[in-house]
Amino acid sequence: MDILVFLENQQGTLHRISREAVVAAQEFAREPGLSVAAFWLGTLPPGVAEELNALGVAEWIQVSSPVLNDYSADGYTAAFCELIRQEQPRYIFMGHSYRVRDFVPRVSTRLNRPFISDVIHFAWKEQGPVFTKQIFNAKMVTDMQAQGDGPVLVSFQAAAFSEEKLAAGSPAAREMTLDLPADIVRSRAEEPFQEETGGVDLTAADLIVSIGRGIGKKENIPLAQALADKMGAELGSSRPLVDAGWMPPQRQVGSSGQSVAPKLYFALGISGAIQHVIGMKGSKNVVAINKDPEAPIFEIADYGVVGDILELIPLLTEALPG
Amino acid sequence: MKIGVLIKQVPGSEASLRILPDHSWIDESTLEFEMNESDSYALEEALQIVEREGDGEVVAISMGPEPRTTKVLREALAKGAHRAIHIVESPPYEIDPLLVGHIIKNAIAEEHFDLLFSGLQSNDLSQGQTGLVVGELLGMNTATLVMATEMQDDHIRVKRELEGRWFQWVTIPLPAVLTIQSGINQPRYPSLKGIMGAKKKEIRIVPKETVLPEVEKTQSFGSIYIPQKEKKTVMIEGDATTVVQKLVDVFKHEIKIL
Repeated sequence: MDILVFLENQQGTLHRISREAVVAAQEFAREPGLSVAAFWLGTLPPGVAEELNALGVAEWIQVSSPVLNDYSADGYTAAFCELIRQEQPRYIFMGHSYRVRDFVPRVSTRLNRPFISDVIHFAWKEQGPVFTKQIFNAKMVTDMQAQGDGPVLVSFQAAAFSEEKLAAGSPAAREMTLDLPADIVRSRAEEPFQEETGGVDLTAADLIVSIGRGIGKKENIPLAQALADKMGAELGSSRPLVDAGWMPPQRQVGSSGQSVAPKLYFALGISGAIQHVIGMKGSKNVVAINKDPEAPIFEIADYGVVGDILELIPLLTEALPG
Repeated sequence: MKIGVLIKQVPGSEASLRILPDHSWIDESTLEFEMNESDSYALEEALQIVEREGDGEVVAISMGPEPRTTKVLREALAKGAHRAIHIVESPPYEIDPLLVGHIIKNAIAEEHFDLLFSGLQSNDLSQGQTGLVVGELLGMNTATLVMATEMQDDHIRVKRELEGRWFQWVTIPLPAVLTIQSGINQPRYPSLKGIMGAKKKEIRIVPKETVLPEVEKTQSFGSIYIPQKEKKTVMIEGDATTVVQKLVDVFKHEIKIL
């Protein structure tokens, strides 16, 4: 098989980012006519087999080993290396999830083959495929290329490919048992848990005024709160303000916070790093104010203002009808 | 307890970046570089562990050119790192995480760290791999996206961030590599005493040429460019009063929320 797609188990379901990786593989395979298979590590939760049986791939492989029943970086690294040794794929595609970040660099090291991470786009060129990646906080992009012979590991950014384009099919199913010694897992994991959300539900908000680093200091946050109050909006924030302890974690929008889709997302002093954009790109309207004309938030804003939020927020609060 | 911290120098988050005419890299001549954000959290966590344990050493490690690398290492020393290792690299910079990992491994292998920290990812290339590559090459255990640490004799128990606001405690034996998530702590500012003292601390110089590995490059990039805009953004221009009036009009007539 030319391409193997990693199907990730997210709390007992097929991770959405894996469906997007299958879409990437289907599109990548089309022009050169490559074959695509997919694989699942460990036991299958109820309902997942039915979904895998309808994926538009040639076959899917259920990879079993006692060390794969629960996730560990040690177990997954060993399983990836062994699977790649046995199947000899040219490419291994996956979503750029937190789990993939946790162990795939180790697979890459063990195989001495590249891990081209967080890719947003690919193109077939004369010299082979190039994989486009954002650099400098998404202000720029570059085309990555693998060197040398052997398998290439590629992870795709969340939402870079749309799961709505997923082609259906009726793949063959295969079971594979890996003989991995139990003592390779040196970590001991406890039960996952969620932290208290404090009763704030940004996902239900129609209007969100959201602030980022541009707010400057904690003492300026009441300015934004006053604007939000006047608009009848909830106050959200990007991660740096939560990290700094200025805003509570339950108000954080982004890949490590909440995903929101309000009628208006008013981004104030938010640069628009991808981790943030993932959490708000579903908004119906995005209005952004930022003093940096190159801020990536303007890539996705419907309306943009290049300016100083500390000057504009009080004026706007004043001008809005009460 | 001996802790190494991998630190990268990156352009400041507010810096205005310009691409070189040949599109090979950004123009660094006018840029201010600073300590990569998540690396500063990693350094702080290392300092706090040594303070909690009441014993140990923190070694700051950075690879890059003069003078910016020395500046960032001096900052780490001023904050409390005991000494530093500077792997001196001049452009063109190595960007293959495997090669970078091999170079760093060669430069630090003899240190035999109990713990090696790095930030989750750098704000320039954001590959998020170097720390894990070094750890794997040195046969260390690994944990990523760490949001809290607890020492337990020859183990470390860490709180890992999962997706969607889930967390999980994981215990791994030492020696171990951790990648530290932003927000784990409140990084300190250097004190005046710290800044003065930093000048006397050792920075071991390791020319990159002396620690080059025998492995081949596995990935490379071509030119860099500004991404094409996907969405048509209406830019609202004018003085502050005009902008505010136009915004109110947009809210009222276009988005219809007033």
